[in-house]
Amino acid sequence: MGYVAVKGGTIAIEESIKRLKYERIQQGQAIEVEKIQAGMRGLIDQVMSESSLYNEGLAALAIKQAEGNPEEAVFLLRAFRSTVPRKHYSRVIESGEMHVERRISASFKDIPGGQILGATTDYTHRLLDFSLLKETDKIVQEWLHHYHNEGAGGETGPQVLPKVVDYLRQEGLIPPCENNDSEPDDVTRESLEFPSSRSQRLQILTRGETGAVTSLAYAVIRGYGALHPTVGELRVGTLPVSIDHPAGQGNNDEDAFYIGEVKVTEVEMLMPVTVEKEYGKKELEFEIGYGLCFGQNETKAIAMGILDNCLEHPNNEFPSHNEEFVLFHIDSVESTGFISHLKMPHYVTFQSKLDSVRKTKKEEKQEVTTG
Amino acid sequence: MNTAYNFAFFDEGSKREIRRATLKAIAIPGYQVPFASREMPIGRGWGTGGLQLTLSLIGRNDVLKVIDQGSDESVNAVNIKKLVCDTTGVETTEHTEEATLIQSRHRIPEVPLRKGQILVLQVPLPEPLRYYEPSESQTKKLHAEKEYSGAWLMLFEQIMKYGSMTTGADHPVLVNGRYVMAPSPIPRYDNPKMQQNDALILLGAGREKKVYAVPPYTKVVSLDFDDYHFQPESFEGKHCRLCGSTGVFLDELVDEAANKTVYQCNDTSYCLEKLNEVEKVGVN
Repeated sequence: MGYVAVKGGTIAIEESIKRLKYERIQQGQAIEVEKIQAGMRGLIDQVMSESSLYNEGLAALAIKQAEGNPEEAVFLLRAFRSTVPRKHYSRVIESGEMHVERRISASFKDIPGGQILGATTDYTHRLLDFSLLKETDKIVQEWLHHYHNEGAGGETGPQVLPKVVDYLRQEGLIPPCENNDSEPDDVTRESLEFPSSRSQRLQILTRGETGAVTSLAYAVIRGYGALHPTVGELRVGTLPVSIDHPAGQGNNDEDAFYIGEVKVTEVEMLMPVTVEKEYGKKELEFEIGYGLCFGQNETKAIAMGILDNCLEHPNNEFPSHNEEFVLFHIDSVESTGFISHLKMPHYVTFQSKLDSVRKTKKEEKQEVTTG
Repeated sequence: MNTAYNFAFFDEGSKREIRRATLKAIAIPGYQVPFASREMPIGRGWGTGGLQLTLSLIGRNDVLKVIDQGSDESVNAVNIKKLVCDTTGVETTEHTEEATLIQSRHRIPEVPLRKGQILVLQVPLPEPLRYYEPSESQTKKLHAEKEYSGAWLMLFEQIMKYGSMTTGADHPVLVNGRYVMAPSPIPRYDNPKMQQNDALILLGAGREKKVYAVPPYTKVVSLDFDDYHFQPESFEGKHCRLCGSTGVFLDELVDEAANKTVYQCNDTSYCLEKLNEVEKVGVN
């Protein structure tokens, strides 16, 4: 009988996976995916946005499997995304068609259509609400009943509102711009090359890890950047998505299919810039930084708007204005993957380095003895 | 076999796209071809580039071997093998000779590869010039212009500082007289194996979204100087404590009982084959 390979690795992995399952359910309670979907809107929105996959049900499942760890949930959804063939591209969506649920402007008090606070934590006191310890399905349903009786929470009809930016444009405070109707690049089908296109930048920013995008934008406004932005308009609402008839000719409105709606946060940031006119005359104008992401992710959308504008103005003084620095380092799956890979064995590479270190030590000794 | 997913995990369109990038890589030895790297069910940085190559190439008749740092049984090798088997149902082996497709991290097997085999290497950092130039658009230009003085200077500086080249694994090579290439973090000991190899060597970097290749019978030379030669790791006077092999890459271990340093073949399947040969001879 010959020698056989030790099967240590296989058994160890199987036991480790079993242990992981045990940790997830050890308290003897199974959390229903429906409950996650019903009550963890913030996490679901964040996970959908970072995964760039819009599906609340799958996001809830990923969150359950990942024991609520967003890094892991995003990883699961991205991997799933790789197995889904790309059958259609949606038709162009005009974000002006958004059914607005919340919309504010930090630049103007009286905006056409008014400010709509909607649902926000901005003005809650962050005091732990101990009554939630005893909240039950029954209490929740009674509250809902009263809420509906008050006439609130119902459909108030589609709220399609004019944009603040359009108003500024009419006033001549923002230079007019043409629609850019060129086909956008798709960063999931073709890898990023530099200099990047704006469509590539916006895609990578919107898929970016919430914390990473926020940190870099924070650095910009704190001093490591050249921007002083204001929120021109922030909207949360739903956008209708439709696709062309697969067998149809061209993009005919009548043949298009409505396939559903996505909830998004859209932000237009205003950045004052100095522009030089004729005869060296200087004028102040506003520029736009654009942020849009799945779900209600307001901090991320604002941060994205800031970084979008930064990358429109490359500046080697600040890493936040360097497209390679920003775009290569904000993806959750990539950054967490490479950091965590350091846990893998590096025995061979380390042995190799050891050899070099010993060699230099030996030469040092020789020099000392001969010198 | 997990039938919830397509054969080899990806949809067919994705596989074709990766193969197209691979063909381009083979046509331009050592050149890093960008590709639309997919997110995989294993971590980015844990061999997703290699895995994507393997999955795009594997067919029902392939025999797969996966090694990680020389070992078939390393947890990550087991994990990758499990995923490929789960979604393809192909046969696996530990014998280098039997495999048609070998995915490896940080080693080229000791048993010489043969014509028709494909070796897929997992690459963490595909850019050999990244050490001194952080910008991707700059390194792309440097490659286009064959401007490699930085790579030579890097080695020169090491000699000035330390008296010898101090690259560990991933010592840069010149492929086909044209592109400087990161051979992936294989030990320097494995670099010469790339030269005029009978097999096709593919290198995949998932996180960095690059594929590159060393086609069979390609000239691959480790960068060095006329007066300071490229030096593989030295295991002079050392042998494997199990099979007695010399002239292989050895792991350094500490024998706790005797409190001394001992050595053992890093390529575990090679070591096993040697041991079994010895046993057979003994029986006769």
